[in-house]
Amino acid sequence: MLRRVFPHPILSLTLVIVWLMLVNKVTLGNLFLGVLFGVVIPVMTAPYWPNRPKLRAPLMAVEYALVVLWDIIVANFEVAAIVLFKRNDRIRSQWVVVPLELRSPEAITVLAGTITMTPGTVSATLAADGGSLLVHALHTDDPDAVRDEIKTRYERRLMEIFR
Amino acid sequence: MDQDLSLLAELLVAFFLVIGGFFALVGSIGLIRLQNTLQRLHAPTKATTVGVGGALIGSMLYFLLIENQLSFHELLITLFLFLTAPITANFIAKTYMQDKVRRKDLPESGRDYGWALYDHPPEMTEEGK
Amino acid sequence: MIVTYALIFAFACFGFGLLSTMWRMLIGPTQADRILALDTMVINFIALIVLYGIWQGTALYFEASMLIAMVGFVSTVALCRFVLRGDIIE
Repeated sequence: MLRRVFPHPILSLTLVIVWLMLVNKVTLGNLFLGVLFGVVIPVMTAPYWPNRPKLRAPLMAVEYALVVLWDIIVANFEVAAIVLFKRNDRIRSQWVVVPLELRSPEAITVLAGTITMTPGTVSATLAADGGSLLVHALHTDDPDAVRDEIKTRYERRLMEIFR
Repeated sequence: MDQDLSLLAELLVAFFLVIGGFFALVGSIGLIRLQNTLQRLHAPTKATTVGVGGALIGSMLYFLLIENQLSFHELLITLFLFLTAPITANFIAKTYMQDKVRRKDLPESGRDYGWALYDHPPEMTEEGK
Repeated sequence: MIVTYALIFAFACFGFGLLSTMWRMLIGPTQADRILALDTMVINFIALIVLYGIWQGTALYFEASMLIAMVGFVSTVALCRFVLRGDIIE
């Protein structure tokens, strides 16, 4: 029964929150309208979500988001130091190949986005069969360390979230 | 007491605005002085995103603490920018690579297939997709 | 008062950002650079609008910055796709 009203609970929650943000006032009427959208839109668009990924561990996802946010802040200062104080001929940019254990496209997308948002690395392209990721690092002396950090810090957490 | 609090609020707002401005500055300096395109891609896509994030949080705090009206729609823009920045960065990287980077400049993918930019993917089966 | 000074500083930074993106867009040298400069320009512009909203003490400009953020994203992706594939919608 609950499954039929909310076929996609996270989408419903997102819609309610986005609606409240858009109107920028929390009133009973707005909340009601938001919940209405949250119920109607997932039901109407359900045929377009044939096999969506299962979130196994929502708490892990929250932890992941906090870790990534913290990394973005810290790493931004590192990149600022590189950009401001390092001479151009001292900046050694390298390609880093990250072999992937993740298989679901959604998880790989999240990982690639995370790599791009943590400064110092941009995910450039994927192997044609989706088995490894090509990452461009702004400045690194040790590509293996970058790869290992990505694998232990982000991919391990994503493996648990999208199992 | 009230005076102190409003001073604290002003300091907080000013802090976020200055942080935002600083990172925007870093991003634009990087855009000017770094040497090749892929290096230049690093500075603006991230520093500027954080810079805008700082300005937006500053705006949110300003309306909340100083004008005393709850305003959180700035979060929506921040979220939107943080979600779209990796996508645009990836697209720009691919555009550059298709234009200038040849297959031999890149390390091996370590798989049976090469990088998706140059090689076609294997035939997709229904469940593999 | 402090907020005013911080605002002026932020205006200066983002304004400088706009100028630098314009410079990068003029000298290139690759197409990707120009697209990157356009994208950064849009982001700087959003920040300027938000700052102007604080300056005026009104939340009226929020919708403008939201719309510019969306249009900027879509146009960047469309430009990249056009350069990559020679077509936007396949």
